[in-house]
Amino acid sequence: MKSLLALCCFVLLLKCADASIINVGKSHKTQTIKKAIELAQPFDTLQIENGIYKEGNLIVAKPLTLLGQKQTILDGENKHEILTISGSYFRIKGITFQNSGYSSMNDFASIKIIDAHDFIIEQNRIINAHFAIHVSNSNRFVIKNNHITGTPAEEQSTGNGIHLWKCSKALIANNNTIGHRDGIYFEFVTESEVLNNYSEKNIRYGLHFMFSNNDKYISNTFHDNGAGVAVMFSHHIAMHYNKFTLNRGGSAYGILLKEISDGEVYANTFSNNTVGVFMEGTNRIHFKHNKFYSNGYAMKVQASCNENNIENNNFTGNTFDVATNGSLVLNTLSKNYWDKYEGYDLNKDGIGDIPYRPVSLYAMIIETNPVAVMFLRSFMVSLLDKTEKIVPSITPENFKDDKPAMKPIALN
Amino acid sequence: MFKIIKYVMVDILRNKIVLAYTIFLLAISFSIFNIEDSSSKGLLSMLNVVLIIVPLVSLIFSTIYMYNAVEFIELLLSQPIQRKNLLLSIYTGISLSMIIAFVIGAGIPLLLLEGSPTAIIMLLVGMLLTAIFVSLAVLGAVITRDKAKGIGIAIMMWLYFALLYDGLVLLIMFQFSDYPLESAVVIFCSLNPVDLARILILLKLDIAAMMGYTGAIFNQFFGNSTGIIYAFTTMLIWLIVPLLIALRLFRKNDL
Repeated sequence: MKSLLALCCFVLLLKCADASIINVGKSHKTQTIKKAIELAQPFDTLQIENGIYKEGNLIVAKPLTLLGQKQTILDGENKHEILTISGSYFRIKGITFQNSGYSSMNDFASIKIIDAHDFIIEQNRIINAHFAIHVSNSNRFVIKNNHITGTPAEEQSTGNGIHLWKCSKALIANNNTIGHRDGIYFEFVTESEVLNNYSEKNIRYGLHFMFSNNDKYISNTFHDNGAGVAVMFSHHIAMHYNKFTLNRGGSAYGILLKEISDGEVYANTFSNNTVGVFMEGTNRIHFKHNKFYSNGYAMKVQASCNENNIENNNFTGNTFDVATNGSLVLNTLSKNYWDKYEGYDLNKDGIGDIPYRPVSLYAMIIETNPVAVMFLRSFMVSLLDKTEKIVPSITPENFKDDKPAMKPIALN
Repeated sequence: MFKIIKYVMVDILRNKIVLAYTIFLLAISFSIFNIEDSSSKGLLSMLNVVLIIVPLVSLIFSTIYMYNAVEFIELLLSQPIQRKNLLLSIYTGISLSMIIAFVIGAGIPLLLLEGSPTAIIMLLVGMLLTAIFVSLAVLGAVITRDKAKGIGIAIMMWLYFALLYDGLVLLIMFQFSDYPLESAVVIFCSLNPVDLARILILLKLDIAAMMGYTGAIFNQFFGNSTGIIYAFTTMLIWLIVPLLIALRLFRKNDL
């Protein structure tokens, strides 16, 4: 992906070699951006001076570079889409977009990109937008270092921070998205990477994947979103080094995996979520070296999950380690560290000699009868749990870690 | 009145059993916090101490003390002292000394080795539970003059509040699982001070799991400060009402 970025820059540089610079602003000949766009030849640079520009909807269909200064503000006056771009080899950098309009008919965005390829959107600030950056039917592009802050209303009337539809080979890096519907939204997006983004206080999901295959998301932080992160109906997704924290509520999950197959969940941290990982219809996902701590439930693995492999993870300080809703178990757990494990290790090889069953009777009871949450940690319930651990009758017999680690696995 | 409180307290504090209780609590709390590797696990073990051992000791000890003090009570009643004042002073004396024992035994380790808001809530709740179960013990002792019967009542009360009640409510929940039980759960909690105490502590300790429950009323109710205020007030009612009944009975009792 780095090489793709380099290639983009290189191509842009080459093309810019014979381009001229047009200065836009009160003190210059060209006072409006609209005029400048009309005048500009392909591969020109528009240097936009500080100031507030209220020019309605700007449409760009040429390969141009738009550069802003510290106080270059494009204002949509709460009724217009601000910038609509198509084509290729364009670059939008360092501009503040504010107050783009809302319409229930169109998805108005601060920056909307349609049918484009090879472009860069970077270092922009987008405030109070419906959709902030909306990209459709595009490929080979970079969206990085943008700060996006929305004013969330209801789920229906708030748009997504970074919205990608039918794209491929995108790099979304170092963006902050706060207070939108979904922080980052992918639908039919393939071969793309989501790197180092920060997603907070979005009213639905921090990151939302639908029908998007062969993507990676790495080192992102998803904090206090309405419902965490959802990855649905996709395959071959890699999720590495992400942090999922404080996603709390009745249907909030650190990450929700639904109808997913062949993925890898490696070295992520799940903490203080109501449910760390919720899996439904999930196949062949490999969980390795993840940290689960202080969650209500570390994992909820529904009986519809198949051939998932959960190994070398640390489970500490969770109220419940694993919950499930049926007796069918087609997944394997091994060599995880469970702080609730009470077994022994006679041959001192670091692996417990008796299996650990992470599903407690009481977790099953709550699953069928949620009001029973009232008895959390009651003496009665711990007695029931202890007897169930010795002779499993209600909890699935095969849901067990045969080789539980005795000490926490060293993860950085 | 203060004289009687002072006398009762001195009498109890001189008693080896309360000293043993304090040392036992100290030993168990220190060892819990030193053995468990994470503080949340330590707090969980302390939770069991607060919810099970504290009520048990408060109940049994106070009941036995009340029966052993029968002659002392009769002697004082021959003096110009109101019955109401006498029983109140004895109650205050017993509960104060038990609370002191609890604060020294469990409070010091909690504050020293943990010191988090959860630990402070746990300390408060433990003190309240002590006062509540002393009040229940006084009621039990006033109801019957037979010592064996009185201790029997105390043990039954402990079994009921610590164990049987939860089992019964769990049974009810399963029988009526087709009905919306959210508001009923709030009432069920209020009917047992041990449950209230547990929920108060869990609101700090296991909030992530508690938030997971979708039932609106329960979550709204216990998810914010009104829930905490409600729980504390209800526990105070649990302290006052048995005491009032005991006072009423004691006024009319034929001694």
